[in-house]
Amino acid sequence: MNYVTLTYWDLVFTSLLVLLNAGISFAFRLDIGGKLLIAAARAVVQLLLMGLVLKTLFSLSSPLWTGLAALFMVLFAGREIMARQKRKLSGIWAYGLGTATMMMASIFVTCVALATVAPTPWYDPRYALPLLGMIIGNTMTGISLGLHNLIETLSRDKSSVEAQLALGATKWAAMLPTIRNALTTAFMPIINSMSAAGLVLIPGMMTGQILAGADPMDAVKYQILIMFLIAGGVALGSLSAVLGGVFRLTDSRHRLRLDRLEPISKSQ
Amino acid sequence: MLSVSGLKRPGLKPITFTLNAGECFTISGPSGSGKSLLLRALADLDPNEGDLTLDGRPRETFSGPEWREQVIFFAAEPGWWADHIGEHFDDFHQAHPYLNRLGLPEECKDWSVSRTSTGERQRLALIRGLIKKPKVLLLDEPTSALDAEMTTAVENLIDERRSEGAAIIWVTHDTHQADRMGSRRFTIISGNFSETVE
Repeated sequence: MNYVTLTYWDLVFTSLLVLLNAGISFAFRLDIGGKLLIAAARAVVQLLLMGLVLKTLFSLSSPLWTGLAALFMVLFAGREIMARQKRKLSGIWAYGLGTATMMMASIFVTCVALATVAPTPWYDPRYALPLLGMIIGNTMTGISLGLHNLIETLSRDKSSVEAQLALGATKWAAMLPTIRNALTTAFMPIINSMSAAGLVLIPGMMTGQILAGADPMDAVKYQILIMFLIAGGVALGSLSAVLGGVFRLTDSRHRLRLDRLEPISKSQ
Repeated sequence: MLSVSGLKRPGLKPITFTLNAGECFTISGPSGSGKSLLLRALADLDPNEGDLTLDGRPRETFSGPEWREQVIFFAAEPGWWADHIGEHFDDFHQAHPYLNRLGLPEECKDWSVSRTSTGERQRLALIRGLIKKPKVLLLDEPTSALDAEMTTAVENLIDERRSEGAAIIWVTHDTHQADRMGSRRFTIISGNFSETVE
């Protein structure tokens, strides 16, 4: 491929920029110089490891190892969804709901993607893993925003939901505004990034392909594909997570069951 | 009309009573003794156990919403789910006969909920429930934010409903109100439900 390969010395040279930044924050006692250096060091180590893992996976090109890597990504993203909730569902639901809906949405959408792009073999990790990664990253954000908003709104507006239930409304009628609100919040990032794409920002994946020597129009086509995939993953994932949350926080007698949330911890 | 046998929920000892059409039970007791918990359980808003029947029909044969349309719980601090008062009514014309009696103008339909007073919200929430014509009214301190004149207006309105055959459970701190309204009077103290004997 016709791109300029970077040497490690190039990275050492550009790392001076990070050091400069850290130096400024130390000089002004901004208190974030240390955090910046740690974050930069983490990024270097994590990315180098990822490079090694991907290199190995690509050379193996085995469905088993690719599948395991995918599973690992999904489980880790599920943990991240849980960590982003201020108030969690109780028990297994705290981890299970976010992880299950994200797994369902991201694997389904990745399969759609692989069917569309049709690499040979279809499980070629060079396609499957980056596609899955981008879909998971965005679906994860959508699900955590949706669940967070649902739980926050229900805890805050308990009395307005129960006022409707007390007058004989079904749980679906009483919860509809809350559901709508949670889904709007979940969809907002992908809607924003689709609206701004190409005007304000050159999306990262497209930048990468252009740097790697791809024709800009080919890169654009990939970028549009990936945005549609992300939109699909976010919609499917957050819809099922929010409806699952409503299912768990209500019961068959159409009651609101906030007792199925973890109690608010006093340390917060 | 409403028969309750062995009603259990966390915070209450088992409760049994029969409330007939045209009766009004008053319940008093210290704050936090379980009065609201009982009303919420009767409206099936919280998980609870026990055999409840309405006009002889077991609660299990009603869906939750069907039950709560007949047995309406009027919260002490009623909730509002839209910005304007009128949006909380299917048809605001149904509210007109009540507005004047409770000292509210017809224009209150367009009032913003956030600008109404506690007392106005209390009366509007009462009207919101009354127009559903429930068989049983569970009132949680319905006059706590009202002056003497409006308290009388609410008492007369509820008493009218009672004489038309509705059954009422009225939670109140005011012993005079309990004397005026109650055909039978009860207390709840630390989750123990008992009839007040003179």
